[in-house]
Amino acid sequence: MDTTVTTDSEENVWGGGNRPLGASYGKLMMWFFIVSDALTFSGFLAAYGFSRFKFIETWPIADEVFTHVPFFHGNYPMIYVAFMTFILIMSSVTMVLAVDAGHKMKQNKVIIYMFLTVIGGAIFVGSQAWEWATFIKGDYGALETKGGRILQFVKADSGERAAVGEFAVALKEERVRNTRDKGVWYTDEAALTSVSLNEVVAGFKADPNILIRTETINEEGEKTLLTREQSLNKLKDAVRVVEGANLVRNEYGSRLFADFFFFITGFHGFHVFSGVVINIIIFLNVILGTYEKRGHYEMVEKVGLYWHFVDLVWVFVFTFFYLV
Amino acid sequence: MAHEHKLEIFRGLLKFKSNTQKIWGVLIFLSIVTAVEVVLGIFKPAFLIGTSFLGMKLLNWIFIILTLVKAYYIAWDFMHLRDEKSSLRRAIVWTPIFLVSYLVFILLFEATYIYDIFKTGFLAWEF
Repeated sequence: MDTTVTTDSEENVWGGGNRPLGASYGKLMMWFFIVSDALTFSGFLAAYGFSRFKFIETWPIADEVFTHVPFFHGNYPMIYVAFMTFILIMSSVTMVLAVDAGHKMKQNKVIIYMFLTVIGGAIFVGSQAWEWATFIKGDYGALETKGGRILQFVKADSGERAAVGEFAVALKEERVRNTRDKGVWYTDEAALTSVSLNEVVAGFKADPNILIRTETINEEGEKTLLTREQSLNKLKDAVRVVEGANLVRNEYGSRLFADFFFFITGFHGFHVFSGVVINIIIFLNVILGTYEKRGHYEMVEKVGLYWHFVDLVWVFVFTFFYLV
Repeated sequence: MAHEHKLEIFRGLLKFKSNTQKIWGVLIFLSIVTAVEVVLGIFKPAFLIGTSFLGMKLLNWIFIILTLVKAYYIAWDFMHLRDEKSSLRRAIVWTPIFLVSYLVFILLFEATYIYDIFKTGFLAWEF
């Protein structure tokens, strides 16, 4: 029988005492984690695909949902997400440069590149928070029908979207938010919308220029626009005003869309956030000279792997949420 | 640690002088791919939307293929898989590829089935 460690272990690759995969323990464990995490993300994205294929005819069109850029007014689909993607790829590059400088034992260069990486990550997380805030706030508002479908509004002459607040007429009605201290202890109500259902319905009837757009995607790949008569007919089904998005309902369309958006980008954003925290820890260690004393910068390489993985996941999230 | 770097990309078509140069080269390539994706996503050429291949629009196929291209270069050059032993590389890459293709196939197949049920079944889902 072979002993566990022999002097001729070089010949016997799997006999122990050497590194058959040519990678250190720490790096190998990081790869284990990355592979399993990749499978988790794949599970989420596959579930997203499942729900989307299930409701393929009514799924929201991403270009119409994510149209804002901070500090700019107007309709700019994709621009901001493309910017976020670029920031993340850029911070990935500074990370590789840090690893490369680490191999050459250049402490000062590692410090600079790690710093830039942290900044890039912070910009990305900030952008994502802004993206969430915009998504939650919503922009045009919509009505929801008894069946849980979303009805959006379009101006007939220009084809632009119409916000419910624009055409709703103010009615003299008293609206009180039901809270647990006023009603039955188990009943509660979400914050009141800026306009009530009656106000939107009255405003719609008063303004012949407004049409309803349903969730259904037609053959041209656009949402179906109803005629004035169809719209008035459809309006009878409406039961509430929806403004913005939460986990229960959202003004963009299918409820699952917002759920998956929050869940997947949230999970990814949390990865970026923890990546930034880990990067800061390593950054401080580099400044303190921990790795200089240790004689190698493998820790930088290991967090680098994690950081690139976060970038890798974003590439897929970007495609399946915003492009496809 | 892998100090040796393979400095060729595109199957040896492009050879860089140093690892730093290669990193910038890959960044330029990834940026170009992203820019192409964004431009296609904004303008949506009618030809690519109108043509469908294997049940999906040609444009979406292009997006997915470009994504895989980007993923390849991130993993190979940023995560240094190009410099690792082939056994480690295969263990890392083929495990998820196999499991994910299986999962995606099953889920999308099932979803299409449910879509048909919703569409042709006797229950009204929009009321």
